[in-house]
Amino acid sequence: MSDARHERAWAIGILAALAALALLPLAVRRDDVLNFVFLVLLSITLAQSWNVVAGYAGQVNLGHAAFFGLGALLARRLWIGGAPIVAAMAAGAALAAAFALVIGAPAFRLRGAYFAIGTLALGEILRTTVGNVLPEISTLPAATIAGYRLTDRYYMALALAALSVLAVATLAGSRAGLGMQAIREDEAAAEASGVGALRLKLTALALSTALAGLAGGLFGYYHISYYPAHAFNPTWTFDALLMTYIGGVGTLHGPVLGAVLYVVLKEYLAVRWVDFHLLIFGALFVAIVLLLPGGLVQAVERVRRRPAGPSGR
Amino acid sequence: MSILAQQLLLGLLIGGLYGLAAAGLSLVFGVMKVLDVAHGELIMLGGYGAFFAVGLLGLDPFASLALVIPGALLLGVVLYLGLFGFVVRADEETRVKNSLLIGFGLALALHALAVRLWTADERSIVTPYGGAVLTLGELTIPLVRLLSLLLALLLIGGLHLLLARWRWGKAIRATAEDWQAALLTGIDVRRAYLLAFALGTALAGAAGTLVSVGYSVSPSIGLEWTLKALIVVVLAGLGSMLGTFVGGLVLGVAEAASAAAFGGPYREVVGLVIFVVVLVARPRGLFGK
Repeated sequence: MSDARHERAWAIGILAALAALALLPLAVRRDDVLNFVFLVLLSITLAQSWNVVAGYAGQVNLGHAAFFGLGALLARRLWIGGAPIVAAMAAGAALAAAFALVIGAPAFRLRGAYFAIGTLALGEILRTTVGNVLPEISTLPAATIAGYRLTDRYYMALALAALSVLAVATLAGSRAGLGMQAIREDEAAAEASGVGALRLKLTALALSTALAGLAGGLFGYYHISYYPAHAFNPTWTFDALLMTYIGGVGTLHGPVLGAVLYVVLKEYLAVRWVDFHLLIFGALFVAIVLLLPGGLVQAVERVRRRPAGPSGR
Repeated sequence: MSILAQQLLLGLLIGGLYGLAAAGLSLVFGVMKVLDVAHGELIMLGGYGAFFAVGLLGLDPFASLALVIPGALLLGVVLYLGLFGFVVRADEETRVKNSLLIGFGLALALHALAVRLWTADERSIVTPYGGAVLTLGELTIPLVRLLSLLLALLLIGGLHLLLARWRWGKAIRATAEDWQAALLTGIDVRRAYLLAFALGTALAGAAGTLVSVGYSVSPSIGLEWTLKALIVVVLAGLGSMLGTFVGGLVLGVAEAASAAAFGGPYREVVGLVIFVVVLVARPRGLFGK
């Protein structure tokens, strides 16, 4: 089966599963179940957003949390100020993407690991500054809390997860997406064969950060109160990176599977040991980088293809 | 005026630790082209090592270096054989990227492990002479921090001598310069890598000890110290350990100056801004040749 057809089959399968989840609030009235699935959906969006720039364009962005945070900040402000939530989230996404384009040109002067540590520092600058400027906790107005309905958040998360999967599926088969993958494999060779590397990297970054901004907006819409700097915490970046790599970086379904696995194990372990999941996922991640660069998706693929003889790798 | 001078002095004192923290990272990166972003977590482990050496064995905190440094050397050997030794087989670009990712996973795991074992509380070593100060005109100098600065300088000076005079020190430098040429002259490059990584980890352990004496450790200090070390490495460039020490002092003073100018919470920002600006202005100049 060719890769493109393979990916399309996965896209259809994942979207069908998400469509089925739309019926969940009708069948189950338990808030804990809906909250749990909400977290999975938010994580899928976050992982998929990171996957665009890191998985397809090959640029490891360690400042991803900054864009999540910007989206959360603006969307929540506008929404509490009276704007419709969809418009507020779109504005948050636009701010995140605009900021990405401003820093993108200088940041992409850095290659590989230098881009990674440069963006890590940028994210920390933003987090510290937001923490200093907005030290107060942000709480929804009493009237909003009284009218809070979990199902609204749930359907918003569902829509965003579907959007992120659709965006990546569309990108993967497009001319731009193929160009990004060429850059990921060998930037100099891609440029030599006529791919405009900087323009495509900026496109990838803008799309990635817009999705991250939307995910951030969803976070701001979901939580009753949190410190604004929390949405800029580097753990959002680290979560996205772990989910994406463990599932399979640069594939459509890898980050989705990674996100499901990550949230399930995290919530399960959190009952007894807070943050213990990071020990397991940190170690798993190291093992994957060393032994299995394609993540769990690749592992499954290898097992499946073995009877048919050795694969291309 | 004297308040400002006092702040700058304290900045200078912590700057020595920044230099020591960066020295290990600089050595590992310069020699192996391995960017170990778990360096801050190694510092954190060193801090806990000293904390328990003092608490359980009743050692003097500075004397605990005699235990922490060999322990960290050993840890470095284990980490090299178990993890980073696999990375150096790849070409340079993959090496930097994979080591970054591995260091990152290691950092997360060590952080979670530290929380699990020792809780998330901040700890610092209490000494009988912890409150002692020297007075110099209107300035007060905490004795422990001054000793830390001097020890940091001593350790970096020692490393400098080791690299300059010792047979294997020269091999490490030759490997940093050009590993292929080093290989051709009969140097065991893998062993030079192993030694450099072990020495880098030992420096992290020593830095952690001094951090837990003069300041405090908690499982979450890792990222902060990794960033400090990265900033200093970018400021000072690779190749000169004494230059790295001076870079640390510069960062410490710059932080203190910006805290005085913009308020305490911004002290972290100035170093990061310097880092990003220098990195973007000279994307390859500082790390590469």
